[in-house]
Amino acid sequence: MIKTAEGFNVEKIRNDFPILNRKVNGRNLVYFDNAATSQTPQQVIDCIVDYYQNYNANIHRGVHALSQEATEAYENARRIVQRHFNAKDFKEIILTSGTTHSINLVASGYEKFMTAGDEVLVSGLEHHSNIVPWQMLCEKTGAQLKVLAMTEEGVLDMQSFEDLLNFKTKLVMVNHVSNALGTINPIEDIIEKAHAVGAKVLVDGAQATPHIKPDVQALDVDYYTCSAHKICGPTGVGMLYGKQELLEELPPYQGGGEMIDQVSFEKTTYAGLPNKFEAGTPNICGGIAFGKALDYMNSIGFESIAAYEQDLLDYATQRLNEFDNIIIYGPNTDAKTAVISFNFQGLHPYDVGTLVDKMGIAVRTGHHCAQPIMEFFKIPGTIRASFSFYNTKAEIDLFIEALQKANSMLL
Amino acid sequence: MSSIVEKQNEVVDEFSMFEDWMQRYEYMIELGKSLPLIDERYKTDDNIIKGCQSRVWVHADMNDNDKIEFTADSDAIITKGIIAILIRVFSDQTPKEILEANTDFIDEIGLKEHLSPTRANGLVSMIKQLKMYALAYSKA
Repeated sequence: MIKTAEGFNVEKIRNDFPILNRKVNGRNLVYFDNAATSQTPQQVIDCIVDYYQNYNANIHRGVHALSQEATEAYENARRIVQRHFNAKDFKEIILTSGTTHSINLVASGYEKFMTAGDEVLVSGLEHHSNIVPWQMLCEKTGAQLKVLAMTEEGVLDMQSFEDLLNFKTKLVMVNHVSNALGTINPIEDIIEKAHAVGAKVLVDGAQATPHIKPDVQALDVDYYTCSAHKICGPTGVGMLYGKQELLEELPPYQGGGEMIDQVSFEKTTYAGLPNKFEAGTPNICGGIAFGKALDYMNSIGFESIAAYEQDLLDYATQRLNEFDNIIIYGPNTDAKTAVISFNFQGLHPYDVGTLVDKMGIAVRTGHHCAQPIMEFFKIPGTIRASFSFYNTKAEIDLFIEALQKANSMLL
Repeated sequence: MSSIVEKQNEVVDEFSMFEDWMQRYEYMIELGKSLPLIDERYKTDDNIIKGCQSRVWVHADMNDNDKIEFTADSDAIITKGIIAILIRVFSDQTPKEILEANTDFIDEIGLKEHLSPTRANGLVSMIKQLKMYALAYSKA
């Protein structure tokens, strides 16, 4: 049964987010920059406070009570993440500082496996964080970087994908959802076809995970990444999922404490998974709060979240289309998450963003760390409004009023 | 000819008449629209100020009185308004005067938010660029 947005108690949910009560430039905050960072519910804030008030200690080494409690909470969070993504084993969940760290970890490890003549295929819809590490890998190894083009509608050209894919392709990189346009990419299809030529697939899930609950086993994805700060968790923590056999082969990314088995000056042996990739004291509090954030999101339910956000997206799109000079980039509302990337004909996104900020509205303007997409559309940037399950139609109405005012001032 | 300080005081006086942010911004937008445009041949990549979300070009010439005249343009109108204010204050001054000028007036006219170095509109970069031109001419 498909859940609808009816019965979704947004007012009750909003009470969980203290920041939504604050004022900006004298107005009630309207926060539509959720694709950059989501807000934090009181339950997660309490979890962070509880850690520092009651059991702040280093993990995995102390025999004392605090260290044991912290270790237990941190490893419990790893299992929450494992269950959420339906990974086969907790060893497949590496807690990182976020998606960028996760991607760099994998890219760095592949230096060992890549040689000149190999190819890596990167989608044209990627965030810079899923482009630059692969360019660096190619520079170091002599491998070739190929780009999977996107179409005018802001979706991947799947015919060109099949053309580009070949037996030299070692890795395919694609985001589950585009940060700049909200496009939901056909990752099942991409993974299946990439596997047919023996390529591994890394999916950047940073923009998908706030809206979709991925099942890594069902997807048969090789690597999947996300960042907690986009899923109601704190900044500076995230996940790398990797299939166990692949992570076993991948060399360590950083050396240090925690990641070792035995150290001597002659020879050091590494710890097993997941510790091999978690050198140094990790973001303990962040990891624990990441688990809490996933629990919070699951208590609301991803089906309910998706249905409610779809309703917001449809409404906002309909209201934006009231402007004669609106240009919306990317696919139709049924093929993307709750993100609208747009411009007004004749207006610079920076001007519009500056004025709506004065009216208490937070949107992102600029190239969204996806300059190749802006280059494709020949624009300096867009205004991006991204919605979360705690936003309301009343806020969208305020946004539209602010945009009307900005238009009248600028045109 | 007014000094930089006198011109800054004029700008501060004008902005003090506005009651709210909207009037200030409407005025800046007007200033932006009336900004004398840079000669197209100077809208080169060399003249782009880096660190701006919008593109900003500034060009400097020394006039017959040994004073610097700035011309500029931007693809964003509010940014143009900001440059228009800067040009009004700093243009037609000697390199030495420009180098020695302080820029506290930006704060006084309620544009402090644009001064944050993290804000990508690059007001800080623009002021720096004007001073760099002045420095270059002071050694010429």
